[in-house]
Amino acid sequence: MTLLWIPLISLLGSIISSMTGKLTRNQSTGLTLLMPVIALLMTINLAPAVFAGDVIRETFTWIPLLGIDIAFRLDGLALLFVFMILVIGILVIFYARYYLSSNDSMPKLYAYLMLFMTAMLGIVISNNVIQLWFFWELTSISSFLLISYWWHKSEAREGAIMALTVTGAGGLALLAGLLLLGDIVGSYNLDVILASRDIIHAHAWYEVTLILILLGAFTKSAQFPFHFWLPHAMAAPTPVSAYLHSATMVKAGVFLLARFYPALAGTDIWFIIVSFTGLATLLFGAYVALFKHDLKGLLAYSTISHLGLITLLFGLDTKLAAVAAIFHIINHATFKASLFMATGIIDHETGTRDMRKLNGLWRFMPYTATLAMVAAASMAGVPLLNGFLSKEMFFAETLHQQLLGSMSWLIPILATIAGAFAVAYSARFIHDVFFNGDPIDLPKQPSEPPRYMRVPIEVLVALCLVVGVVPNFIVDDILTAASVAVLGGVVPEFKVALWHGFNLPLMMSAIAVSGGLLLYTQRRHLFKFHDSLPSLNAKKAFDKILFAVMKWSEGKINAIENGSLQRYITLMLLVVLLFASWPLFEMSHLGGEKQLTPIDVHNAMGAALLMIGAFSTVIWYHSRVISLLMLSVVGLMVSIAFTRFSAPDLALTQLTVEVVTVILLMLALFFLPQHSPRESSSMRVLRDIGISTGLGIVIASICYALVTRPLDSISEFFLANAKTGGGGTNVVNVILVDFRGFDTLGEICVLGIAALGIYKLLANLPLLIPDRDSEGRPWAKERYPMLLASISQSLLPLALLVSFYIFLRGHNLPGGGFIAGLVTAVAFILQYIAHGSNWIAERLTINYRKIIAAGIAIALFTGVGSWFFGRPFMTTWFEYFDIPLIGEIELASALIFDIGVYITVVGSTLMILASLGQLTADEPKGEVKI
Amino acid sequence: MELLYASCVGVLVSCGVFLILRSRTFPVVLGLTMFSYAVNLFLFSAGRLSLNKAAVLGYSSEYADPLPQALVLTAIVIGFAMTAFVVILAIRGQADLGNDHVDGQVPDINSDEINDNDKKGNV
Repeated sequence: MTLLWIPLISLLGSIISSMTGKLTRNQSTGLTLLMPVIALLMTINLAPAVFAGDVIRETFTWIPLLGIDIAFRLDGLALLFVFMILVIGILVIFYARYYLSSNDSMPKLYAYLMLFMTAMLGIVISNNVIQLWFFWELTSISSFLLISYWWHKSEAREGAIMALTVTGAGGLALLAGLLLLGDIVGSYNLDVILASRDIIHAHAWYEVTLILILLGAFTKSAQFPFHFWLPHAMAAPTPVSAYLHSATMVKAGVFLLARFYPALAGTDIWFIIVSFTGLATLLFGAYVALFKHDLKGLLAYSTISHLGLITLLFGLDTKLAAVAAIFHIINHATFKASLFMATGIIDHETGTRDMRKLNGLWRFMPYTATLAMVAAASMAGVPLLNGFLSKEMFFAETLHQQLLGSMSWLIPILATIAGAFAVAYSARFIHDVFFNGDPIDLPKQPSEPPRYMRVPIEVLVALCLVVGVVPNFIVDDILTAASVAVLGGVVPEFKVALWHGFNLPLMMSAIAVSGGLLLYTQRRHLFKFHDSLPSLNAKKAFDKILFAVMKWSEGKINAIENGSLQRYITLMLLVVLLFASWPLFEMSHLGGEKQLTPIDVHNAMGAALLMIGAFSTVIWYHSRVISLLMLSVVGLMVSIAFTRFSAPDLALTQLTVEVVTVILLMLALFFLPQHSPRESSSMRVLRDIGISTGLGIVIASICYALVTRPLDSISEFFLANAKTGGGGTNVVNVILVDFRGFDTLGEICVLGIAALGIYKLLANLPLLIPDRDSEGRPWAKERYPMLLASISQSLLPLALLVSFYIFLRGHNLPGGGFIAGLVTAVAFILQYIAHGSNWIAERLTINYRKIIAAGIAIALFTGVGSWFFGRPFMTTWFEYFDIPLIGEIELASALIFDIGVYITVVGSTLMILASLGQLTADEPKGEVKI
Repeated sequence: MELLYASCVGVLVSCGVFLILRSRTFPVVLGLTMFSYAVNLFLFSAGRLSLNKAAVLGYSSEYADPLPQALVLTAIVIGFAMTAFVVILAIRGQADLGNDHVDGQVPDINSDEINDNDKKGNV
């Protein structure tokens, strides 16, 4: 269970720290630090097993059919990253306590930082690549939030959007690559993927998969030409830059390279793409860094350059290169994070990061200056510091590759040049800021920062020194374990040591240092040269491309979506027409082999009436009342058709629904115009006639083809089991309340939801009650006719009795909850019509919402009830009882379910009609509110 | 009779679709109602047409197919709920927007054309 807890604790920390708004800053920091410290202790506890060569795994099955599990895996590489994320995270949180001004929200920053920590931890210990991708995206999102922390600054917002766009696009490519990878291997499990190197390499999709995954890695690790988002992300608070943009998030890309190294590396295409991208990034970053006047800009490009170095190492065809890459990941994280923090202090104490203003700070903050200088020296690769060791290894590896064939000697030379630039910009960082004359109009008088703000830098700089002097003492175990994970068990003999004797790499280092110092002293000429180059503004280009893409898609969307509902419906119907008619043309005979039944007079008359009704509805559609009356003729004929074709339940339902529908539409006409204007052009009408006739013909043909073919139905089962299994002889009702009871439960829920939706739609409706119709005739003053009032009152008990009877017999004869509910509803609606809502409200206070809820609850609990008898949901129970005088009767639990259906139908129907009717109850010409 | 039944379904579909394509809410509601009649009849016919067969056990040896009936029964009730919802939506639209056009506003691009048509007495 431990592995799951590591990201979980961190997530918990995010929630906890978001709630510390009312506490003091120290309490808030303390609470936030608690969780990563616990996670760190847990990791330390796991470390010995991993050093011993174990891989700790934990899997929780989630969606096995899709191959998606919640799976964790801790090997040497993951352990290294977990340590880095947690340790630097703890230091950064501590540092941020002193960095943030009192105006900045501390809980917000901490919550985002911890969320980001969760995401990073998730990436490195995932054992399922889809899960890995999920956390990958989470880092993009949390980094968006962190970069835009000072959301009131436009550069922060723009930087955040740019970072999200670039890394998000890379994330999509990564997803595609991982899906392909999963398809090739047949599993999303990382263990399986890492063990399937040969299958992956031999597969036809290998190149595509590789390029997609590399795109994900390169965008995240700011590799050339996707590097441009990183400098803009420096708008984030400096603790964020120290954490995300030097130590962790940008390392996620190189982590991905390391993680998939065993499965994907080893081919020419890998070496070519990875090494050249790395080389280009290394040189480009090192060159540009020298010319940045902003301290964070210098560090950003230096980070790009170092990430290029690591990428290049992964692209070199030697195993030792991969070891060197891992080593440099550690070293870069320590010295770069401390440099960012030092920059934060300088910014904090002087109010600027511009190196043209910052000079001679040594006198004001000697202690901080010393720390920053040590870290910068490590960045330059000065001996006795950790940066020197990995740079030496890098130089050594550049000598052992065959990338360019006979021109391979170019690589070490280019590497030395990049090294020289690294020395030059490090020298600038030291000399330009801490020496070189006096500060030029700083916004603040500089001084040493608060004592504890320096502690995180001290820790990191101490690490730089200790690793640099006695490397084996600290990093041997973790480096070996991580290398085992990356190289798949076979780790070459390597010795990290300060002194390898006088050899070529040492000479390269010497050249780089002296060359770098020379470059720095001659920087005025270089700056002049650089300024004469045409400036390439990545942000402008990015904005231009983004704008063009948005404009293009906007045009496309507008072309399709013009806001006209009629047009959408037309398009949809045309598609339906196309797809529904296609199979008809492929059929040889429309009619099936079934014997046709002869037409009798009654049916012919019924059909004629139905068609006349339908056509009349269309012809008189401008006069809405006539049209509605004609429609009710159609409805009536449909219910007669159901009677005719042996479906009494349907006939009863249709008939009652018909009544309710017509009442509803009549009510609606009170509020809507009585006439539809003539506004369709002749062409439009012709087109619509074409579409509707076409669809009618197609559907009629399908219907004919259907009914003339023999029936092969599963209904035999229902007929055979209705009596014995469900205890009823009305099979339709037994299907509704028993066999398919779960469906019915869903359906009454829909009914209830529709009724509630209508209730909300009518709430606070600003509606002017018309006192005359559209022709200007005033409505009748006599609103409730006496005759109807007196008859309806005496009809009510009778109607209720009928509905009760229909309900009770429903299990065995046509009837049941739906029909009885509708009959009851109609009986009540008659009262509303006859007396008006106010009259009813005085006599009957019913909350229909509660009725609907009660109905659904009864139905639901009948289903749940069967659990108490150890049966599955919705199992019915029935028994026959012999009661004296009445005779044998049957009681079934389905009956209770049907009561639920009944109550829901009554409640919903009445709520719909009564809510609408209520609107007409008040005096005309007033605004009504219900 | 199968032919007659299919024709009825076809006519209902045609009339329903034509009304659905109108520009005002009320005819669209009528069209939807009519279209749902057609759909219900169509689904019902999946059990084939059976004259004078029993719907309840014990009344005859031949039974009408109960499954489509059960499905259509709930479809009728839910169809009502949906019709009600749409018509109330139309009323709300009329109240909030001041017109009953399906797009929420009466387009004025073709106003000349409409006037011409009105003069000619076209639909």
